[in-house]
Amino acid sequence: MVVAERKPFDEIWAMLEGYERVLVVGCGTCVTICWAGGEKEVGLLAAQLRLTASREGRKLDVREAVVERQCEREMVEELRDAVEEVDAILSMGCGAGVQMVAEVFEEKPVFPALNTTFIGAPEREGVWVERCAACGDCMLYWTGGICPVIRCAKGLLNGPCGGTRRGGKCEIDPEKDCAWVLIYQRLKKQGRLDLMERYYEPKNYRAVKRPGRIVAMR
Amino acid sequence: MARPFRETLKTKDFIVTAEVGPQKGTDTSKLIEHIDLLKDKVDALNATDNQGSVMRYPSVGACMLIKERGGEPILQVTCRDRNRLAIQADLLLAYSRGIDNVLCLTGDSIDVGDHPEAKPVFDLDSVQLIHLVHNLNSGRDMAGNELEGKTDFCIGTTGTPSADPIEPQLIKFKKKLKAGVSFVQTQAVYDLDQLKRFVEFARKIDDKVRILAGIVPVISARMAEYMNENVPGVFVPQWIIDELAKTPKKGRIKKGIEIAAGLIRQIKEEGICDGVHIMFIGREERIPEILEAAGLL
Ligand code: SF4
Ligand code: SF4
Repeated sequence: MVVAERKPFDEIWAMLEGYERVLVVGCGTCVTICWAGGEKEVGLLAAQLRLTASREGRKLDVREAVVERQCEREMVEELRDAVEEVDAILSMGCGAGVQMVAEVFEEKPVFPALNTTFIGAPEREGVWVERCAACGDCMLYWTGGICPVIRCAKGLLNGPCGGTRRGGKCEIDPEKDCAWVLIYQRLKKQGRLDLMERYYEPKNYRAVKRPGRIVAMR
Repeated sequence: MARPFRETLKTKDFIVTAEVGPQKGTDTSKLIEHIDLLKDKVDALNATDNQGSVMRYPSVGACMLIKERGGEPILQVTCRDRNRLAIQADLLLAYSRGIDNVLCLTGDSIDVGDHPEAKPVFDLDSVQLIHLVHNLNSGRDMAGNELEGKTDFCIGTTGTPSADPIEPQLIKFKKKLKAGVSFVQTQAVYDLDQLKRFVEFARKIDDKVRILAGIVPVISARMAEYMNENVPGVFVPQWIIDELAKTPKKGRIKKGIEIAAGLIRQIKEEGICDGVHIMFIGREERIPEILEAAGLL
């Protein structure tokens, strides 16, 4: 899933300067699951905007809406009536969601209320961790299902740097495991350390020609 | 003129290298002072590459100065700041200026330096970097294009005898040896049993590679504890910490130098490995004292 975080309120408030009617749009998929831009977060942000507006004596009409997936045109189209009545949209979708809303309603300014951070998974309640960099050339089959491209802070492909801390933590952060120690442990468990001894060529950074575009054949 | 390092590697029993750290800025006077002080006392001088991820005068510039002053330079190249094009271009520059020893490293993380917001590159890792240099030596770039004038680098790399856990490090180290290196300069090591095991491991894979033990003088108990906490792959044993703790403040640097020299003597006498690589960044002017105390002058 795509993981995102709410932007600081002051940054959002500054974006909205000069607008009087704003539609806050949440998304019912990834950002709902990671507690960043679902129905609940839309309600909280809208309330904070109204409160701040009334405290500052500023006229601000805040409306709320949630679409199931903001990255899909048809679903975003459902907002058309609500959008007509406002002069700005505050999207609580991921970066793809914000851009879809902006593309569908080209005449309206659309602002991001989230910082989209990574493709990841929940580690436990309330904690999400990065798992994939969408490199376009997945090598998980050599590495015991642990991604060295993104879980190693340096994206190294041939084993750990000399920076691994005592106990197998990463050089940059004692809270994070060294991906290569994890890979070692898992491959060892599977009796496949031979995979770690292989030499892996430099990565092909054109595996996905950015910006990525895929045409499916059906 | 200094003897080419590749010759030294083939002929000398106990090899000694040291490190000079370029300054931040254009004033090279201190760097030159260090080079002049050390160039005839050691077999080769490493120039660090934005050491500690702190932006500085480049290693290739420092190597040119070492060369100009009649020393034998070892160019340190990390993967942190340059992509494959930039690394290859720098290597061509270095070689064309007579710099023909290269030490291939991963590089510290960007986060520990003075530009923590920069984009970390790591387009290559250190194993791939060794392969890249072999490519240039064979007259082709990484993409397979023919070079107008090839390189002939003598290639080295690093190793971490005190890493914990050691096994994943050894697998990586084995790949580096298999990629083909002539010398290894290890991370700072204080526990000579660990060093022995490390050398034994290496010998099984390549019995010709010359291994130089990394020597970093520890000059206070605080520094030792800091290193144990924060410098990965380095472990200062308790006996060194105790020795320093009971030394009065004024004599601590001397004590640290003494301990370092003691390690060097023991390595040499017991023939644990092929030499030492002395790193005393910020105090390069005191390296001769270490050499002297170790009986290497
Ligand atoms: S190897 Fe690439 S595609 Fe596979 S998990 Fe890692 S970043 Fe994602
Ligand atoms: S410590 Fe491990 S995860 Fe961190 S950068 Fe080094 S190899 Fe990668």
